[in-house]
Amino acid sequence: MPSDAQPVRSAVRTGSAPYSIRAGHSSQHSGLIAAAVLTFAVISGCSREEPKPAASAGPVEVVARIGLAAPLTGPQAHTGEDIRNGVQLAIDDINAAAVTIGGARLRLELLAEDDEANPTKATTVAQSLVDRKVAAVVGHFNSGASIPASRIYSEAGVPQISPASTNPKYTEQGFKTTFRVVANDNQQGPALARFALERMGAKAIAVIDDSTPYGEGLADTFAAAASAAGAKVLVREHTSDKDTDFKAVLTLIKGKRPDLIMFGGVDPQAGPMVKQMVELGIKARFAGGDAIRTTNFIKLAGDAAAEGVHASMPGLPKEQMPGGQQFFDKFQARFGKPVELFAPMGYDAVYVFVEAMKRANSTDPAKFLPEVANTHYNGVIGPIAFDEKGDLKDGPLTVYEVKAGEWQAVETITTATPAAVAPAADAGTTSSASAASSAPTVPAAPPAAPGTGAAPAAKPAASGPSAAPTTSTK
Amino acid sequence: MDIFLQQVINGLVLGSVYALVALGYTMVYGILGLINFAHGDVVMVGAFTGLALLKALLAAGTGLPIALAGAALGAVLACGLLGVAIERIAYRPLRHAPRLAPLITAIGVSILIQYVAAILWSKQYLALPAAFTPATWQIGGASVTDLQVLIVLLAGVLMAALLWLIHGTKLGCAMRATEQNAEVAGLMGINTNRVIAATFLIGSALAALAGIMVLLYYGVAHYFMGFMLGLKAFTAAVLGGIGSVPGAMLGGLMLGLIESLASGYIGDFTGGVFGSNYRDVFAFIVLILVLVLRPAGLLGKAQGERA
Repeated sequence: MPSDAQPVRSAVRTGSAPYSIRAGHSSQHSGLIAAAVLTFAVISGCSREEPKPAASAGPVEVVARIGLAAPLTGPQAHTGEDIRNGVQLAIDDINAAAVTIGGARLRLELLAEDDEANPTKATTVAQSLVDRKVAAVVGHFNSGASIPASRIYSEAGVPQISPASTNPKYTEQGFKTTFRVVANDNQQGPALARFALERMGAKAIAVIDDSTPYGEGLADTFAAAASAAGAKVLVREHTSDKDTDFKAVLTLIKGKRPDLIMFGGVDPQAGPMVKQMVELGIKARFAGGDAIRTTNFIKLAGDAAAEGVHASMPGLPKEQMPGGQQFFDKFQARFGKPVELFAPMGYDAVYVFVEAMKRANSTDPAKFLPEVANTHYNGVIGPIAFDEKGDLKDGPLTVYEVKAGEWQAVETITTATPAAVAPAADAGTTSSASAASSAPTVPAAPPAAPGTGAAPAAKPAASGPSAAPTTSTK
Repeated sequence: MDIFLQQVINGLVLGSVYALVALGYTMVYGILGLINFAHGDVVMVGAFTGLALLKALLAAGTGLPIALAGAALGAVLACGLLGVAIERIAYRPLRHAPRLAPLITAIGVSILIQYVAAILWSKQYLALPAAFTPATWQIGGASVTDLQVLIVLLAGVLMAALLWLIHGTKLGCAMRATEQNAEVAGLMGINTNRVIAATFLIGSALAALAGIMVLLYYGVAHYFMGFMLGLKAFTAAVLGGIGSVPGAMLGGLMLGLIESLASGYIGDFTGGVFGSNYRDVFAFIVLILVLVLRPAGLLGKAQGERA
């Protein structure tokens, strides 16, 4: 599976740099390594500077620490900041609401950590949160960070809810502590593929990713679902998440004449890519996942090039979220800026934890963890319940399009949790089955029973996400 | 055929930028025998100062051509000064130290510049103001923008000017003398410190212009953008023969073309096993082959180790 290889691959890459220098100047280089080790020692020393005594259960107050881990610096800092603000808002609300747990008043404390969107830093941050005895963690943002960190939370028995990581692998490791409140790529990729085929009329598609777990996972599931539904995947290419020159790849793609280019990656790459597409005179349309559905993307691509670009994103559009308007107004008033992306998910994640604490009547992760799995909570983003892996049940997805320089919701798709996950492998064998499954437009009530919907056609359900019933709400 | 032509055009533009940056590496190496690892970051500073000036000038209501010229001039000045300052502060005190010491300070200066830029301009990818929409022409089925033509032409003119400066002026004569033997040049009345400072000034000014080109071409600036670009340009300089000015130009153009054609055709030739993300592997294989067959690089003169 490409997604699980990635963190390892990147670790090897960072590790290999010193060795290559070392081959040239062995004696001096050991000094450099020593300096690097020293630096790390200093840095890690700093981050552990405040080992306050853990949650002292006072007579009337019980303190629970909520960890937050997301990129708070770097190119993705704006999204991490957004999540942190969402979490902060939830904590303030709960502290103001006088929740009692075991007879004592609950007070939540936020411990926010910056993982720099970096898998290695993510594990350091996770360990530091665990060491400081957090009760629960909201994070991380990037799949590449959430996956390695989840092992540390699992070993410490600390429940983790990712507000944004969509790589399927995250919940497939068998950890009891791992949850997310967004649809995963096994739902997102195929949903976007179905939209591309049915609504954008794509028949010949070029698929590019940025060689990260998120990008590659999304692109793989998209490509598998698209070819299963009868479209041709002409090119399957990879770039990196550091590149800004895509002229060569795009020229190659131009020669194959696709009618759609799908990119699994983030906005710093997608922006220049779309711009270069236009410069090369490529007429194909462009679609991507949630990480390009940002205002930054439109800025980087330029209004003209961004126009007509489609992107899928887990969750409902702001206007359709049940708790939407109220939450957005409150957020705007508190932080003086609008919600960027995942703040509602961060907000709800805290409430999921607190509801579980209430039911277990304890802030001890060992006691309330089973209750997190039993969540049935109506949050800002809609009803939240988890399946046995910790994935959000029936997570909705929305496809957006850039119109007049702004992202506008085009269609909302409700996805049922796929029964089995097998993206690339059975792409060829299930084409007829899934073509049939897309035919019945199930008007079914999505939360009721995804099982009954899939029952008449057990085979396509096993082929995975393509069997999801589609409900168009707009 | 049109696709092939397009890849050649892509490669030429990329190669011109590599060549301009490679000149800075090769000039410094020729004179000091030092690999100036901070050079790629000077390119980044050029892009950021250019962007800041461009935004300011456009906001002040200046026309686009004048704003561009002003931004380029400002970036050249800023980077020229930066280059001279780097030499004065980080390299000159170590000129007679063991060769490894200035190498380490070079890496240190590189990291310092990156993080000062991150503090000054944030770690975000900054976008070019929306005013830029390059005009596109169709030539034989390939798309060429006016910006691409400008980049290649400007790079050519700058390289020609540099060759003239080195071979046709008194300063160039002094530079060549310093390159051959700094001590003897000093005895002949050449102020070698001033010549070395001038070398950094010229190399950094070229880097500034390369930075502006990258900024305009890709439309983004990022504090880490100089690292990979610098590494590639250094590779180009080695490919052409480090220390050789025409070698850096040839190496830059070659590297650009190799990368572009490799990403265009690896996938087809290997039946999709390797994709365009292997272009760097391919570029470095070519480098290794060249170095095995011609250790001094394509145009480098084989010479004995200097003191």
